[in-house]
Amino acid sequence: MSPSTAHAVDAPAPGASAPATGGRRHGRSPIAPAPATPWLFLAPFLALFGTFVLLPAGLGVWISLHDWDYTFVSHPFVGLRNYLDLLDPSSTSGGPFWESMRATGVFTASSVPLLLVVPLLVALMMNARFPGRNFLRAVYFAPYVLGVAVISVLWRYLLDTNIGPVNHYLGLVGLPDATAWLTSQPAAWVSLVAVTVWWTLGFNAVIYLAALQDIPAELYEAAQVDGASVAQRFWNVTLPGLRPVLMFVTVNTIIMSANMFGQSYLMTEGGPGRSTRTAIMRIADTGLSSFQMGSAAAMSYVLTLVLMLLSGVVFWLFRDRDAVRTRANVRTREKVRS
Amino acid sequence: MTSIQDAATPPVAGPGGAADDTLRPARRRALRYLALYLLALVFVSPLLYMLVTSFKTRAEAAGTTPSWIPDPFTLQAYGHLLAAPDTPVLTWFANSLIAAGLNAALVVATASLAAYPLARMEFRGKRVVFGLVIAMLMVPGVILVIPNYLIVSELGWLNSLTAIIVPTAASAFGVFFMRQFFVNLPGELEEAALLDGANRFQVFVQVVVPLARPAMATLALLAFLTNWNDFLWPVYVLFSPETRTLPAGLATLQGANQVRYDVLMAGAVIASVPVMLLFSFLQRFIIEGVSRSGLKG
Repeated sequence: MSPSTAHAVDAPAPGASAPATGGRRHGRSPIAPAPATPWLFLAPFLALFGTFVLLPAGLGVWISLHDWDYTFVSHPFVGLRNYLDLLDPSSTSGGPFWESMRATGVFTASSVPLLLVVPLLVALMMNARFPGRNFLRAVYFAPYVLGVAVISVLWRYLLDTNIGPVNHYLGLVGLPDATAWLTSQPAAWVSLVAVTVWWTLGFNAVIYLAALQDIPAELYEAAQVDGASVAQRFWNVTLPGLRPVLMFVTVNTIIMSANMFGQSYLMTEGGPGRSTRTAIMRIADTGLSSFQMGSAAAMSYVLTLVLMLLSGVVFWLFRDRDAVRTRANVRTREKVRS
Repeated sequence: MTSIQDAATPPVAGPGGAADDTLRPARRRALRYLALYLLALVFVSPLLYMLVTSFKTRAEAAGTTPSWIPDPFTLQAYGHLLAAPDTPVLTWFANSLIAAGLNAALVVATASLAAYPLARMEFRGKRVVFGLVIAMLMVPGVILVIPNYLIVSELGWLNSLTAIIVPTAASAFGVFFMRQFFVNLPGELEEAALLDGANRFQVFVQVVVPLARPAMATLALLAFLTNWNDFLWPVYVLFSPETRTLPAGLATLQGANQVRYDVLMAGAVIASVPVMLLFSFLQRFIIEGVSRSGLKG
């Protein structure tokens, strides 16, 4: 955090866009650039961004309105049929799609709460000076540095029913030692969620930790002087201080979980049955293996819509408290005035 | 980086060196650290087991009793892996290195150049460009996969490393990240250079880039790691054994060696070594970059 903290003193709060006016002297040069200059700087990025982000974002809509088989030359326009088929659970594309959406939902609903709470506990424990703190932080972060392919191949071995160490050690402590972790339910979900928590815990923990360190020490001291207990300090100082970061972590974790693909692809291969085939697996399979791109593009927009609605709910949940507080403030002010 | 903040950070649960530092909180704190260390050991044990198993014989790796020291210690899994023609691990390794390296260079160059005018210049259309960058930060990447497959196919890049290097280099996150850094950079040096008659590009190369090296290094590392580990896109875009990157190759390897866990672990180790080395030497930059990415909220 040092570069940003070092300049935080004399820099204005970074807003969404640079302030057009204001008493800010440095940071903006007094000499106006030639009109073409900014665009020359932007050109290489805009070329990439236009071709591989903006164009596909629009092209996807176009594809989704066609019966777009990649292997065929003609792609007849079908209007909203791809979407209507998806909404019809009895159609060939709708049924499996909602089954996969359900799988994504199960995974997201089980992993997100764990990925919000467990990393916070780790970050709280690490938010202190003690020997080996930086080393421990690196240890908890380490699995995240490895890709989903590595950790999935590894855990498929560790969770093997017969020769996997997980069942062996469970047996040693007297627990059932023959669970088919990857080929029976609900064990397969437990495995996928647990491995994902293990893999990505460090990411959220590091973000929490940075936010915890930005909470002014004076607030804790003041709370302590007021005789606040540990729990009270957590509720009244730590959590409010974490609020903006908590919102980012929540939205980000939901999106990451809803995009789950590699773990299912490599560890359970979507099984047992089709129970762990996630929406992303279904989309990739439909569009890039069966080459039914129109249908797959429609699915990806439906998934995106659901995700954006969910993110909206999260924003609303986190903003609501602010609004309530503002309303309370207004009420108090009105009381004072009257 | 942490030392300054450590001094200012009170322990959350325990009393911060106050007079009530009695035996109970002290013991509680010691227990807490002990728990953290033990937990950390359990936490990394899967990674250690992966490394250990890659040095076992086929029979030992498939044994029902886990062993933590290979007996005998052997490189036969690696030998088997390197000799198998269907799973050219060294080619995958080279592909991954080239793709991640070039992708990181492309991300840092284009994102830094684009972020600079967004942080420092006033021009028409600036809000639109920055608004698009922010909007695309929030759009889930899944909607881009299908159309990008078509675009890459039109460009003739299917089954080539270019498909892994170029499309993902359009990094809205990179622009956002570098802009945050530039905005917080004092501008006096740049103004002085401009008054001395340097043009904007000279100012950028000679004044700004040297100051931005830590941020650029952090972004390069994050881009490298992301590209090195990317899985879905390479699996579908690279379909012959010799064009694959390591993660996509691991999927092939798992398909070809269902029960050769020694070989699978050796492959996983090979895919992990470069990023683990980067992480052990540069973890400060990586962790700092990640924790800063959370502050965009």
